[in-house]
Amino acid sequence: MTPEKILARLSEIACEVFDEDDLVFTMETTAQDVEDWDSLTHLSFVNEIENVYGIKMTMGEIQGAKNVGDFVETILKHIG
Amino acid sequence: MVGFNELRKAAKKLPIPSGAPYRVAILGDSATQYFATAIEGYAKLSKLPLQVLDTDYNAIDTELIDEHSATRLWKPDAILLWLSTPKLYQAYEETAADARAEFATQTMNRIETLWMLIEKCGVKTIIQPNFPESFDAMWGNYSSKVNASFVYQMRALQYLLSKAMSTRNNVYPIDLQSIAMRFGEKDFFDAALYYNAKMAIALNALPTVAKAVVDVIAALKGTVKKCIVLDLDNTLWGGVIGDDGLAGIELGEFGRGMAFSAFQRWLLQMKERGIILTVCSKNNENTAKEPFEKHEDMVLRLDDISLFVANWEDKASNIKMIRETLSIGMDSMVFLDDNPFERNLVRQMIPEICVPELPEDPALYVSFLVNENLFETATYAKENTNRTKQYQAEMERIRTMTTFTSIDEYLESLEMKGTAKPFEPIRFARIAELSQRSNQFNLRTIRYSEADIEAMANDSQYITLYFMLKDRFGDHGLVSVVILKKMSEASNTVFVDTWFMSCRVLKRGMEEFIMNSVVNAAKEKGYGKIIGEYIPTPKNEMVRAIYSKMGFQTINDNQYMLETKTFVPFHHFISEVES
Repeated sequence: MTPEKILARLSEIACEVFDEDDLVFTMETTAQDVEDWDSLTHLSFVNEIENVYGIKMTMGEIQGAKNVGDFVETILKHIG
Repeated sequence: MVGFNELRKAAKKLPIPSGAPYRVAILGDSATQYFATAIEGYAKLSKLPLQVLDTDYNAIDTELIDEHSATRLWKPDAILLWLSTPKLYQAYEETAADARAEFATQTMNRIETLWMLIEKCGVKTIIQPNFPESFDAMWGNYSSKVNASFVYQMRALQYLLSKAMSTRNNVYPIDLQSIAMRFGEKDFFDAALYYNAKMAIALNALPTVAKAVVDVIAALKGTVKKCIVLDLDNTLWGGVIGDDGLAGIELGEFGRGMAFSAFQRWLLQMKERGIILTVCSKNNENTAKEPFEKHEDMVLRLDDISLFVANWEDKASNIKMIRETLSIGMDSMVFLDDNPFERNLVRQMIPEICVPELPEDPALYVSFLVNENLFETATYAKENTNRTKQYQAEMERIRTMTTFTSIDEYLESLEMKGTAKPFEPIRFARIAELSQRSNQFNLRTIRYSEADIEAMANDSQYITLYFMLKDRFGDHGLVSVVILKKMSEASNTVFVDTWFMSCRVLKRGMEEFIMNSVVNAAKEKGYGKIIGEYIPTPKNEMVRAIYSKMGFQTINDNQYMLETKTFVPFHHFISEVES
């Protein structure tokens, strides 16, 4: 699985969770760039990612994910 | 089951379904935003008109005590009071070690105090989740016999809660413990989510919890299943009775028989708790009945089946016939058949009926139906268990009727005996249950809880009446309820707040018997006028014209009036008895 593929998949998940039609993530995208991305929807986003990739993020990873690149890195680490 | 994200979207985007909304405030000691969202979303997807108020984090006491709190200003119909296991564990840890053996009792006291506060706020209904267990291995396996352990105290608390709820008619449980058990603790509780956001249920488990809450509220509002229609071959036993014969079908120790026997025992329990069992089979009647009469491993016997239909007609027509005989709504029936073709046919012909997709493996029938949770209820009255006998008696009556030439002659031959009495404590539960279940012969379709019924029985502004009927074939039990309410302090007019009747006793002169009693009771209290009202629903068309038939004058569209002094009692064939 390449970082680019994960990035594309995360954009799809984010469209669902943050209720937007054409969200395109870059590695640098942060919560500030997405209107509906707040501390509550963050949890829902994490949950969808965990379901899609069959992983369980640690508490630190959830709190520490500052931009989309951090999520991609975490996913890569978990799925090896 | 839908995912949490779909519920979140439904909650956000869909309008509240039409109908009078039921209003529930959620009070919790953990973060409840997503819990509330899931319930709201699930209700919208189930077309249940429900409004949800989510209140602040861990503010249960203030919400109840402060008269300007969001909850109290909102005046909910019900409060969902959710004490979460992690918070209980925290309270347990904060309890002095030598007082921990009293933790369950102390917690139960606190819960009962909260219930009392809720009642004082004028909120009639309490929805009470119980407590998913959590194991801390403090003494290892030995914990379960150490009375100061958390495990021991949680189990004690669970029991104390059930016991306290069983004596109250305004508290309705949500069995979170059994949901958590089916998920397993590691999927029900997400530790990272709890420590990050104080949410005590994993997001993936929330839809199932939301379904439980919505199921309970739907039952409170009167949506309940009353009848199961059963296929026979490969549903109640393995194999085909017509081909395999009595010795060849799988039951008991034979083949896959144990699974079918277990399924039958589950169905028998359903029957004992008041669900009507009927059979609809493509078979010759004699062949179909043979196992019920002769097979020693059959759990269900002909006695347990209210209506037995075995012929070669299509099942949809047979089910319609069953529905008519039972006089219940199609949406209160569940059709169980192993054959996908039959299920699809019935689903297409009768969209209202519930047709679960039974799994292929009969070993899974029971656990599948358990997860579907189709038989939610909001009352428990013992009278229910007689229902099978009542329906069998009904078949006898129908058979007898065909031997008479006039309806009067038939009615007279029934030797009917009726009773009219004010509400009494032993009947409160049954009256509340009927008020929640009656849909067709129900003039205003107002649902009352047991507590409401009790309050009206003790209020001189009301005249309450319940009616019983029996005849030579059997006892119908409590068949109708009328509640009259004084219009205003000075008025000599009473208003028919509620009139509902079981459809099983239609066309026997019961309406006339009831109206005579109602007018008598009103006259005795000095009332000169009775006002009746019909509020149309999708189900109560049959009583649209009842007041006109009963001699009332039309005031306007759905309102009618009767002068008690000019009322001429109706003739009927029901003799009045004391009990």
